[in-house]
Amino acid sequence: MTNAGEPEGITLTPAQLKSRRQRNVAIGIAIGFFVLLFYVVTIAKLGPGVLERPL
Amino acid sequence: MSFISGSSERTASDLTVSIASPSDYLALLKPRVMSLVVFTALAGVLIAPTHVHPVIGFASLLAIAVGAGASGALNMWYDADIDVLMKRTRKRPIPAGKISEGDALGFGATLAVLSVMTLGIVANWLAAALLAFTIFFYVVIYTMWLKRSTPQNIVIGGAAGAFPPIVGYAAATGEISLASLALFAIIFVWTPPHFWSLALVKADEYGRAGIPMLPNVKGANRTRLEILLYAIVLAPLGLSPWLLGFASLAYGLLATVLGALMLLFAARVYFVRTGERADRCAKSLFGFSILYLFLLFAEIVGERLLAFSQRLTINLPW
Repeated sequence: MTNAGEPEGITLTPAQLKSRRQRNVAIGIAIGFFVLLFYVVTIAKLGPGVLERPL
Repeated sequence: MSFISGSSERTASDLTVSIASPSDYLALLKPRVMSLVVFTALAGVLIAPTHVHPVIGFASLLAIAVGAGASGALNMWYDADIDVLMKRTRKRPIPAGKISEGDALGFGATLAVLSVMTLGIVANWLAAALLAFTIFFYVVIYTMWLKRSTPQNIVIGGAAGAFPPIVGYAAATGEISLASLALFAIIFVWTPPHFWSLALVKADEYGRAGIPMLPNVKGANRTRLEILLYAIVLAPLGLSPWLLGFASLAYGLLATVLGALMLLFAARVYFVRTGERADRCAKSLFGFSILYLFLLFAEIVGERLLAFSQRLTINLPW
């Protein structure tokens, strides 16, 4: 129970905030790289077939 | 009113909020082991008699590397209790308190599934199944079972480290061949003398952690004998890529010289048994064994890349 006007939840320390931000950036880069990798692999697997599609 | 006496605001300092940085998670993947895995898997890809699209080859090697990293993370998760007891492993992220065991387990398991699925989609499902088996073998058979129960732990467990060339070859061709099995055999037979030379020097630490390494269980002299026996088998086995026709005569000559040196280093470990010189001989063998494997695989990789670049040059229109 908290008094009215008192902040709820926890307050992260500067070190925790910094490491969380670093982890978020790393996860973002990893996901972006993963998406790009699958795009490039798809194009490589399709080869010239990527242009062959019904109009 | 607050439930925490003497404090009007809760802070995270006493709670288990992670302060792990991305580099701590990278350390969990054992990057040095990963680099060796990538290198040996690359040899497996390059000895394949089929053309592999560079993008597919790169993505396959990346998946194999991540799979190896996942094995490392799961190994550190399970071994956290003994890692804290050894100087060599005390600074790893879990015993150092940077990453919790649960986080390491989640991280390793996620990467394991992701790497296997990626290899299956990018290359083929035989390679993916082999990668999954390699991770299973390293984590369950070696880490959870053999490592703490038998002095033959690294002999059988060494198979996990020897699989990458087979996985690489399978990713390129969709099959297993005698050539990839030869590379497997070289790493498999190389592993015991490599690790036992380290175990001879670090016997006390392994003893404190309760790991039944050969020097602790059977004694240093028996270990020296087995190191020599494995080196005797390894020296001619190193020639197999040349004898099977997927490496040149230059490789054959290099393997002969390196095999002779490996025997020499192993013989020194066998004959010099006391004093600081004995430790120095064991350390020398440990260092040379890394160079031995690196040079053999570098020669295979170099020969294949050279042949590939020559084919490219011939095919160019100018």
